[in-house]
Amino acid sequence: MGFPHPSHPRETVVLSKHFGDAGARSYQGWVERGGYAGLRQALGMVPDEVTNAVKESGLRGRGGAGFPTGLKWSFMPKPSGKPHYLVCNADESEPGTFKDREIMRWTPHALIEGCAIASYAIGAHTCYIYIRGEFTEPLRIMEDAVAEAYANGALGPNVLSSGKRIDMVLHRGAGAYICGEETGLMNSLEGKRGNPRIKPPFPAQAGVFGLPTTVNNVETLAAVPHIIVRGAAWYKGLVMGSPKSPGTKLISVCGHVQKPGNYEITLGFPMKDLVFELAGGMRPGRTLKAVIPGGSSVPIMSAAEVENCPTDYENIQANGSMLGSGGMIVMDDSTDMVYQIWRLARFYAHESCAQCTQCREGTAWTTKILERILAGKGKEEDLDLLLDLSEQMTGKTICVLSDSCAAPVVSGIQKFRSEFEAYISKARKPALVAV
Amino acid sequence: MTQETVTVTIEGTRIAVPKGTTIIEAAKQAGIVVPHYCYHPSLPSPAVCRMCLVEVEKQPKLMPACVTTVTDGQVVLVESPKAKAARQSVLEFLLINHPLDCPICDQAGECELQDYVFQEGRSSTRYSEYAKRYSPVEDFGPDILYVPNRCILCTRCVRFMESVAEDPILNVSERGDRAYIGISEDQLLDHPWSGNVVDLCPVGSLLSKDFLHKARAWDLDKTASVCPGCTQGCNITIDTRDDVVVRLRPRPNLEVNRHFMCDHGRMNYRWMNRGDRIEAPLVRDGARHVATDWDAALDRFGEILRGTRGSAVILASGLASTESLGLIRRLVEGRDVTAAVQVPVGDEAPLTGIPSLALRRDRAPNVAGAELLGYGRDWAGAMAAVANAAVVIVLDAELSPDDQALLARAPGLLVLLGTVPYEGIRNATLVLPVTSMAEENGTYVNRDLRAQRYNQARSQPGMARPAWWVAGEVLAGPGPDADAPATAAQAFAMLGATWDVFTGLTYADLGFTGHVLKPNAPAGAAR
Repeated sequence: MGFPHPSHPRETVVLSKHFGDAGARSYQGWVERGGYAGLRQALGMVPDEVTNAVKESGLRGRGGAGFPTGLKWSFMPKPSGKPHYLVCNADESEPGTFKDREIMRWTPHALIEGCAIASYAIGAHTCYIYIRGEFTEPLRIMEDAVAEAYANGALGPNVLSSGKRIDMVLHRGAGAYICGEETGLMNSLEGKRGNPRIKPPFPAQAGVFGLPTTVNNVETLAAVPHIIVRGAAWYKGLVMGSPKSPGTKLISVCGHVQKPGNYEITLGFPMKDLVFELAGGMRPGRTLKAVIPGGSSVPIMSAAEVENCPTDYENIQANGSMLGSGGMIVMDDSTDMVYQIWRLARFYAHESCAQCTQCREGTAWTTKILERILAGKGKEEDLDLLLDLSEQMTGKTICVLSDSCAAPVVSGIQKFRSEFEAYISKARKPALVAV
Repeated sequence: MTQETVTVTIEGTRIAVPKGTTIIEAAKQAGIVVPHYCYHPSLPSPAVCRMCLVEVEKQPKLMPACVTTVTDGQVVLVESPKAKAARQSVLEFLLINHPLDCPICDQAGECELQDYVFQEGRSSTRYSEYAKRYSPVEDFGPDILYVPNRCILCTRCVRFMESVAEDPILNVSERGDRAYIGISEDQLLDHPWSGNVVDLCPVGSLLSKDFLHKARAWDLDKTASVCPGCTQGCNITIDTRDDVVVRLRPRPNLEVNRHFMCDHGRMNYRWMNRGDRIEAPLVRDGARHVATDWDAALDRFGEILRGTRGSAVILASGLASTESLGLIRRLVEGRDVTAAVQVPVGDEAPLTGIPSLALRRDRAPNVAGAELLGYGRDWAGAMAAVANAAVVIVLDAELSPDDQALLARAPGLLVLLGTVPYEGIRNATLVLPVTSMAEENGTYVNRDLRAQRYNQARSQPGMARPAWWVAGEVLAGPGPDADAPATAAQAFAMLGATWDVFTGLTYADLGFTGHVLKPNAPAGAAR
C-alpha cells in the first residue's frame, strides 16, 4: 500500500508498506503486521552483534550525509557507567522532504521499534525523539504510540521481558531549520539556543548533556528492524546502482510532476524513471528543466544530468549533486531559475543561526544580490560576485548551512547562466519590484 | 613536573609547545598573531567569527586556530593566499552592516575591526546598493550602552556574563543578519564586574557611559599600574589625557586578575584628578603656617625627630606605597612606635567564574605590605596612643572629624604628609606635600603577598614629592647627601636592610607580573 498514491509496481516497498493503512498505527495492529519481531530478536543478541548486522547491511544515514549507520554506532564508547543516549532526528526541516512525516504518521511503531533496537545496540537507556514543531499530527500519533508501547511493555523498565530498560521521550522542536543539524538539535534538546556546535568533540564522545550520543534519522532507524528480521545480506542485496548504496530509500518527489508523493525505491533506481514513470512525469506540454535531488541544500541538476543518473549516493555525486535527504524538487520549463534560487537563498538567510560570519552576512547578502537581479537592477559583475561569495561561504563555517545556500547559487549560475544574464541585460521583465 | 610537548611549524617557525595547546596560542608563542575576534584567552572559544581560519597541511579545509589543537609535526600557514582570502572575506562580510562612523566612535584607534581592515581588508566594499541595517542604541545598565549597528556578534560579552560572571543575562537574539545582543527582560547589566564587557568588545558596540566621547584613543597616555581599590591588586592601565586620568582598564596578569577588573575599581579614579592639593611644604610660625622650600622643610622634620624623645605614632593611608610605609617607619626606629594603616571596608563582590578573583572586603591596596612592615590595623588603638606620643606622623590618612579633634588635643608634635588639605592640618607643626599613587612610582603588596610595581601616570602637583623621598632625605641627614634614594627602585632596595622579607629583592625581581614574598623564609632567601 502506498500513500497518497497506490504503490507503483517498480517500487520496492519495505518502509512504506503500511502507508495509508490506519490499522498499522496501533500496537496490536503493528504486531499483527509482524512488528516488534525485530526488537525481540535483537534483544536475544549481544549488542555488538546488532551493530555488526547493521554494519554489514550497508545501511547509510538517510538524513542527508549518508554516513554508514553501523560504523556510527560502533563509535560509541564501551559501557562505562555513564549514560548513553540515542537521539532520533525527526526534525525533517529540509525543504522538499516529507518522508519521515509519513513514517511517523502511518507506522509510528516502526520508528519506536527501530529506536529501541538502536538504543540496545549502543547501550542507551534513553532515546529522545526530537520531532519537528510543525508536525502536530505526527506528534499526536507518536505520543499515542509511545504510550501504547509502554503499556505493552515494548518500552520501559523491562522491554519485552528482557530485563533491559529503554525509555523514550518525545521532544517537540520550535520551528528552526538549523535544529535539524545534529549538534544544533542537541543544544535545542538541552534547552539552549539551537546553535550548531564545533566538532570535535563528536556526539559519540560528548553529545547531549555532554554524554555519548548517537543521532540517527527517522528513516534510518525505521529500516533497522527489517535488517534484523530479514538479515543484513538481504538488505545488502537491494542494489540497483553502486554496491556502496544498498537498501531502499523513500524519495519525496515534489514540484512540477503529475503525482507528487513519497516513492520507495531500491537505491540506484534510474532518476529519469522515478520522475517520469513513478511520479507521473511533467504536466502536459511541459519538459523537464532541472531537479534538486536531495532537499534544497544540494546542487541543482540539469535535465541532461538527470537523464542517465541512478538514484544513489555515489552516482548522484558523480553527476555533481548529492542524494541528501531524498527530497526531490522537480522543475519544468516554466520555472524561473533565478527566482527559485532567490527563494532558496532567502530561506537560508532567514534560518541562519547567526554564529558564523560568512553564513550570517553571506546568506543575507546573496539574497539581496539575487533580489536586485530579479528587480532588473543587476550588474554584469554580480554573477562573479555571487560566485566569489559562495566560494567564501563553502567549507569555512561550523555547520553546512552556508554551504547549502551556496550550492544552488553556484550550480544555478553554472547551469542556467543565460537566465541570470537575461535579467541583467533587461531582456527579461523584472520579476520583483525594486528593492 | 614534565609535560608532553609537541613540535609544530607555524609560518616557518618551529616551536615546541605543551600538548593540547591551541594553534592560536602556539602561534602567539612563535610571535605570530592570528587575527581573531571571538577568541579570548579568558573565555570559552565558540569559533564563530571564523577570522582565525588557518591553513593546516594535509587538512582539506581551513581550520579555526582558536579551537584546533596542535599535533606533532603539524605545519600551519597563517599568511597563505587561501587563509588571507578567507580573512579578507570575513572582514568584508563584517563591514556589510558595520557603520563607518569611526570619527565619532569611542573605539576608534583601539578597534580590532579597524586594525584588521586596515591591515588586510579590501580597499572598497562590493556591498554598495543597500542601506546598512539600523537599530537604535540601547541602554544596558548603569554604565553600559549597546550600539547594535557596530556589533559583529563575536559574543564575547555573552560568554563573559555566562561563563565568568555566571549571571547569564546577555544573549544572542534573533537569527541571521537580524541578530543582535539581547538582554533579559527587566534586567540591567549591573553586575559588579559587568564593565569588563566594554573592554572585551573588540569594536565600539559596548561603550562605557563614563568614558563616552571623553577622549580619542590615540590621545591617551597609558601607564601600567595596580588598582588601589582593594587588596586583590588587579593590574591596571591608567589612561590619561593631557595629564588628567580619564579611564582605568584592566591589564592582563594571569596570576592575579586574568583580564578583568571590577566596576568599583574601574570607577575609583576621580580622586586622582583632584585640584585642591597641598602644593608646598608648610611650617608653623606661631599661629599660622608659612610656605617654605623643601630644604627648610626637611631640616625642620629632622629637627623635630632629633628634638623629641618618647613614643611615636604613625597613621598611614592604605594607599601608601611599600617604599613610603617602610622608610617613614624607619624614621622612628628605636622608639616605642604604634603604627597603623587605615583600611576602609565594603562588601565582597566575587567574580564567580574565577575563584581567586573578587572585589575584596578590605578596600585598600597595600594592607599586606603595611603589615609586613610592622603596621597594625588597630586604628582606634593608634588614635588612643596619640595621647601619649611625643611625635605623630600622619601619612596621607583620611582623618575623621573625631580623629582630627583628638589630634588637635595631642601633646606631641604633629607632622602631616598629605595630598589634600582639610581643617585639621592647622594643628600640624609641619605639613609636607606628597604625591598620590597616580603621581609616583611604587610597590603594593596584595593579599597573596605578591609585590607589584605601579608607575607614575600623571605629573606631581606643585612641590609634592613621594613620601619615600621625604623620608629618605630625612634619614640621610641635613645637606646634600648621596645616600638618599633618588628613585623608588632605590627606596625599595633599602627596605631589605630592616625587613628580611625584602632582603636582596630589587625592582628587576618584581618583573611585569610581580613577585610573591615569602615572609617565613630565612633572611637572604627571599628570592
